[in-house]
Amino acid sequence: MAGRPEGSAGAVIASRAVQIGFLISAVALWHLATVRGSVSPLLLPRPDAVLRELIDVLATGEFLGDLGVTLGELAAAFALSAAGGLAAGYLISRSRYWIEVFEPLLAGAYSIPIILFLPLYILLFGLGPASKIALGATISFFPIAMNTIAGFGSVEKIHIVAARSMGCSQYQLFRRVLVPAALPVIATGLRMGFTVALLAILGSETISSLSGLGHRIVHLAENMHMARMFAYIAFAVAIAVVLNVVATLLEERGKRS
Amino acid sequence: MRTLHSLRSPGASRLWVVLALLGVWEIAARGFVDKMFLSPPSRVFSSLDAVLRTPGVPEALVITLWELGAAFALSVALGLAIGLAVGLPRFSRRSFLPIVLLLYGMPQITILPLFILYFGIGPASKIAFGVSHGVFPVIVTVAAGVQNVKPILLLAARSMGASRAQVFRRVILPHMIPSFFAGMRFAMSATLLGVLLAELYVSSAGIGHFTTLFTQNLDPTRLLGLVALLAAMAIVLNGIVRRAEVKTGRFRSA
Repeated sequence: MAGRPEGSAGAVIASRAVQIGFLISAVALWHLATVRGSVSPLLLPRPDAVLRELIDVLATGEFLGDLGVTLGELAAAFALSAAGGLAAGYLISRSRYWIEVFEPLLAGAYSIPIILFLPLYILLFGLGPASKIALGATISFFPIAMNTIAGFGSVEKIHIVAARSMGCSQYQLFRRVLVPAALPVIATGLRMGFTVALLAILGSETISSLSGLGHRIVHLAENMHMARMFAYIAFAVAIAVVLNVVATLLEERGKRS
Repeated sequence: MRTLHSLRSPGASRLWVVLALLGVWEIAARGFVDKMFLSPPSRVFSSLDAVLRTPGVPEALVITLWELGAAFALSVALGLAIGLAVGLPRFSRRSFLPIVLLLYGMPQITILPLFILYFGIGPASKIAFGVSHGVFPVIVTVAAGVQNVKPILLLAARSMGASRAQVFRRVILPHMIPSFFAGMRFAMSATLLGVLLAELYVSSAGIGHFTTLFTQNLDPTRLLGLVALLAAMAIVLNGIVRRAEVKTGRFRSA
């Protein structure tokens, strides 16, 4: 941008001040609406009540069971989709022809909201963790497979020819040329897959399940334990943010190596 | 590989892949999985009209489509307004865009029960939840589109004496169009996701009511038929928005 420097110290401080002010006024508004105003605690609990519940949830360790279920489902779903997506993506990427055959299919399938399969998966796999794992794995398979194809498919031909002409074996070609060249794109695919798997699992737990963080929130909502429900929402959001930050950091590392 | 290429077109092979998958599904459903839980594709497709003749299903599809349309329109209108307000002034972009991105990054699915509590189990909660998914991509792409106007163009317009309104109308708006349409495409798939999530969670008359009903009645034929209809609807809607995006892209570069 022409004119004033974009990142001058004064402007940055002013922006931070506005952000902090925004957050403070949001909480203040919440406080005023519930404590002074006439908003029913059944619709919006008081901020201090939510904080008390959150501390209680954390102190008693009540969250451990549900968190364990959700993380276990996530780990299983991601392991399945990463293995399947990487393998399928690599095999397809071996030939231009197969890339042309499969890429539109994968992109087309990915444009369907895969959450639609949840009722079917519940029918097939039951209400327990299996249906959540299946949904999470299905949803995250597509970005992983597509990015694996894009990663291996975009390796410079000249690098492969050069490595071959210098007499490297098939394994050396894979290990020293293909994987390093494809890794940045694949890392992005894995991160995207992880994010959508997390959302799919929280979503399917919310819609119908017997345990997990999503189920806990719904259970509290149905029993009108509003303050505790808000506490669990804050907890689930914090977990999701932490997981996504970790995934992004790992992605950055994958890109650099 | 070249001979292969000339022998079979990728399109034909694609068709074979789809047919093979349907074949696997057919065999699995007939031979290996209990017919209470999975139905072969032949039976699903031949009973599509039975799904449509199920009392309430056509109405439910119309309600869902209507919820989608309303949520999409609201997402675009709100997203455009907020995106311009956040993206145009440099100060608000620097202050508020991080807050928008923070909210965008949160898993909204965790607050789905709140939407039901505030908006009821009817269409209003589906529309609101759809908007909560669809509005953010529009805000972000509009703000990014406004930001990407080349400074030299703004400078040129100003130095030729264009007023603020003229700069906005003649320089910023046309430059924003491509990213705005990209935002609409993201908003369409996000709105679809939001509305369908809310429908599946709880529904009194929309398609979520029937997916639950067919699941509980162990009626995989009609469940799969309904899912296929909805998937087709999603593909068509996404296709329309993508085509609009391609068209405007061509218009810009011309």
